[in-house]
Amino acid sequence: MATEGKIDPMHQFEVQPIFDGFTLFGQQIDFTNSALWMFAVLVLLYVFMMGGMKRELVPGRWQVMVEGVVGFIDNIIANSIGPNGKKYTPWVFTLFMFILFSNLLGMMPFGIIPGIHPFTVTSQFTVTGLLAAISFSIVLIVGFWKHGFKFFSLFIPHGTPVWMMPLIFSVELLSFLVRPFSLALRLFVAMIAGHILIKVFASFVVQAIDAGGASWGIALLSILFIAFVSALELLVCAIQAYVFALLTSLYISDAENLH
Amino acid sequence: MEVYGSQFFWLLIVIGIIYFGIAKNMVPKISKTVDDRQKRISDDLAAAQAAQDKAEQIEANYRVSINDARAAAVGKVSEAKAKVAKKNEAAIKRADTAITKKANEADAALKAAQSSALKEIEAVAADAAQAIVKTVSGAKVTATDAKKAVKAAF
Repeated sequence: MATEGKIDPMHQFEVQPIFDGFTLFGQQIDFTNSALWMFAVLVLLYVFMMGGMKRELVPGRWQVMVEGVVGFIDNIIANSIGPNGKKYTPWVFTLFMFILFSNLLGMMPFGIIPGIHPFTVTSQFTVTGLLAAISFSIVLIVGFWKHGFKFFSLFIPHGTPVWMMPLIFSVELLSFLVRPFSLALRLFVAMIAGHILIKVFASFVVQAIDAGGASWGIALLSILFIAFVSALELLVCAIQAYVFALLTSLYISDAENLH
Repeated sequence: MEVYGSQFFWLLIVIGIIYFGIAKNMVPKISKTVDDRQKRISDDLAAAQAAQDKAEQIEANYRVSINDARAAAVGKVSEAKAKVAKKNEAAIKRADTAITKKANEADAALKAAQSSALKEIEAVAADAAQAIVKTVSGAKVTATDAKKAVKAAF
């Protein structure tokens, strides 16, 4: 909580129960602010997609937007996985849209409305970790399902000398196992860092105004910087969603096509 | 406070709804709309191309037939011209021979008339010469002599 004169930039990432839920497998399931914003993302995404469901021959602006996004995902799949990738489109689409809408919703200035505390779902490592874990599970399941133990040949690049194989194998295996963590951390860190940066500069503004006098210049500079970082963050929102979707499809491509 | 449980729970629900409700249900329809539109555009383009080809074919046929008709007309005209020219030539020839014949006859008649007239003049002149000689000199000139002299004078 932001007590007088003390601004905690980490407060925005706290998950708090809105009302108590039930117990599942010994875990307390509460309806949290995080869940609330997840559902906000869901509703927003649904409204956005409904706008593209008019299915007109000559599309309106909204329909063009929705069709553009769908075509964008189809392109990612077609380019990185190939013709076999059609069945993975729903998952990549889910990832991209959920992450994009979560990122953007977290950047919207809802904080100026009293009582509403914006929350970025993708700033939780639990969330990005679960998304990455699902993607990685798909890679493992598809890989072993399609290729069996031949899937391990993924860790030995073509033309590796025999005496190098054990070393290369372990290195490649390690890098493969790190993938889900790097996937989850990249998004989580990008979101959390941007939000902290904005909050820190916001606290500078408050402190500078409190101090008065020549500090007004610092306040002004900080506001300029906040505007700049916000613009950058909007870009990062889209880029991180794209990177997550692209890397997921590349990893799936490894499993699907095995080199 | 442990929030992992509730985070996972709600995230799985939301992701599940997005996956099955939107990504598996709505996205294919949108893709299909795009594909249908693309197909319709290419079909329309193909139909337009076919129609244009057909129109060009018709125009080519029309050109060929008009050229044929023109050639036939030119042939007929020249044929008629040749026929008329032949006819004219024959008529002229006929007329020509008739005229030549008539001219020759007239020529012959003229010559006959001239010679008879000459003979008459000779006779008259001989008579006149006989009479003149008789009156002037009193000599008798025979008719044959007079005739000889006249002929010589002519």
